[in-house]
Amino acid sequence: MKTVYLDNNATTMVAPEVFETMRPFFLERYGNPSSMHSFGGTVARVVAAAREHLAELLGVSPREVVFTSGGTESDSTAIMSALATMPERREIVTTRVEHPAVLNLCKNLGRTKGYTVRWLSVDKEGMVDLEEARSKITDQTAIVSVMWANNETGVIFPVREIAEIAYDRGALFHTDAVQAVGKVPLDLPSSSINLLSLSGHKLHAPKGIGALYIKKGTRFSPFIIGGHQESNRRGGTENVPGIVGLGEAARLAAENLAEENQRVRRMRDRLQEGLLEVIPSCRVNGSIGHRLPNTLNIGFEFVEGEAILLRMDEKGICASSGSACTSGSLEPSHVLRAMGVPFTAVHGSIRFSLSRYNSEGEMEYVIRELPGIIAFLRAMSPFDASSLATVCTVQ
Amino acid sequence: MWEYSEKLKDHFFHPRNVGELEECNAVGEVGSLACGDALKLFVKIDPESDRILDARFKTFGCGSAIASSSALTEMIKGRTVDEALKITNQDIADYLGGLPPEKMHCSVMGRDAFHAAIACYRKEPAPRELLEGELVCECFGVTDKQIRDVVKENNLSTVEEVTNYTKAGGGCGQCHEKIEQLIAEVRGELKRTEAAGRVRKAMTNIQKIAKIQEVLEKEIRPMLQQDGGDVELIDVEGNRVVVALRGLCTSCPSAGLTTAGIETKLKELVHPDLVVEEVSG
Repeated sequence: MKTVYLDNNATTMVAPEVFETMRPFFLERYGNPSSMHSFGGTVARVVAAAREHLAELLGVSPREVVFTSGGTESDSTAIMSALATMPERREIVTTRVEHPAVLNLCKNLGRTKGYTVRWLSVDKEGMVDLEEARSKITDQTAIVSVMWANNETGVIFPVREIAEIAYDRGALFHTDAVQAVGKVPLDLPSSSINLLSLSGHKLHAPKGIGALYIKKGTRFSPFIIGGHQESNRRGGTENVPGIVGLGEAARLAAENLAEENQRVRRMRDRLQEGLLEVIPSCRVNGSIGHRLPNTLNIGFEFVEGEAILLRMDEKGICASSGSACTSGSLEPSHVLRAMGVPFTAVHGSIRFSLSRYNSEGEMEYVIRELPGIIAFLRAMSPFDASSLATVCTVQ
Repeated sequence: MWEYSEKLKDHFFHPRNVGELEECNAVGEVGSLACGDALKLFVKIDPESDRILDARFKTFGCGSAIASSSALTEMIKGRTVDEALKITNQDIADYLGGLPPEKMHCSVMGRDAFHAAIACYRKEPAPRELLEGELVCECFGVTDKQIRDVVKENNLSTVEEVTNYTKAGGGCGQCHEKIEQLIAEVRGELKRTEAAGRVRKAMTNIQKIAKIQEVLEKEIRPMLQQDGGDVELIDVEGNRVVVALRGLCTSCPSAGLTTAGIETKLKELVHPDLVVEEVSG
């Protein structure tokens, strides 16, 4: 059975070109870029080239790019650095819908280090309110961290505008752009964004490599202290194959940005339209107009997400769900709850996330297979639209 | 991804006895849409022999909820009511070749639905209404009696296990301490030292206010702020603590629960005689 992989916001396939670029750095060119001999020293040049490719994708200077182990390390580095360089400010502003890499770090800093965390809420479209940001970002704020695009709904946030507000109040601005890099154009130099996190494995590079953009002039305090690597900003021998892979992935992403926004968007829109047309009682979660081109989150009412995923899995379709039962926790997606998605739909929410490796035929396959799955589970469900009145009164 | 047994997958992909039963004389319902799983069980019992002639189900839930429902109907058919009542949630899990620990509550749901159906058949009040005692987990509506029962029946020893079986404690986590206490009580491990430790020194009024302020700042406000709410201390008169709820708390339908939660925390950490009153403004 063929696998239809629609879970690219979770992780992506390593692009074949990326894999080929990395290959020599395992068995042949395994030298340490810091070595004095040319066997290692020439590898340093490859690392520099990769840094240039990534800088180019971001539209920044290579000196502003630090390689890390991934999105989570970049997020932790950015936020901890801001707090360390601004000890007189004791407040953090972030949103309720961040990825756990930011959300749980902020909660933890609030709980264990006494920082005050001010949470920005989102409306039913999943959008943050600039007015609320204006009122919560003050001269007590050390760092504002707002994701560029949400991983569950794909909703794109007004990060440039919020960065301006932060700048006006003298606070640093960080964005977790793990889902946005390579999917939407970023114009960083013209913005007040100080710090930006990205992750390799979300853009067809391998897992275990990521980067942090640190705008020139931003005060910085390293998170991992050790050797002089990354200009003393991140200790530890470079993950050379990973860096080379991320460089190549960035080069490909720049090349494919237009395709991502046209062909991938068209496939996503076709999937959305095809499913909404044939399946009753379902809704798109998140602002339809301000979304990543590859993400589609649909709430199928009266059915539960894990059951949908298991049945899709049987048909070779990979997606993910905001349902409580898929995570091991009992609480459904914090993102959908923050948006006020009704319980009738939140447990049955499915996220489809595409990549340029998907095909039109695969969308048609899902449009053919999914209606039967939803109908089967709904026939088994004690709930339907008519039972809603009673449902609301059930404890 | 969950490790599901072949038997469980079989019952999920090919559930037995799905649907409603027209001529049934017992119906049991548990769960809700909000909780993420619900089961409605239809049973037909021969009043002469008390034997279960047929059973059907409708379930909203994950793979193991559907499989547990399917297994339950297969297990009770043909048995007498008394025989079937002896089926425990562990029996349902065993029938399916085991359940992941986090999914044990699905088997508990099956047993509860059957017990509710039998209460309906015998014209007794639904077991849920019979539950005396206090609500421990407000998020999932679980009482101390339910927790005691499940701890006893399944020999549970940690909060995590109780959550896996009943969902209690799986939401905001405020009841973890209470659950720990219940486990200790059931397991006969409640130390006398605990009780001895509760004897508090007398406090001056100033000390009391300072302590209340501290508990509010460190324990309560961060928790409320996570949900967009907040609380402000207005006044302390003797043992009467007057607070005002702020932010989202003011419009929250469970504001009453919040005030109760604040009181519990203050009683526990400051003085057992404190009473919390909420004023608006």
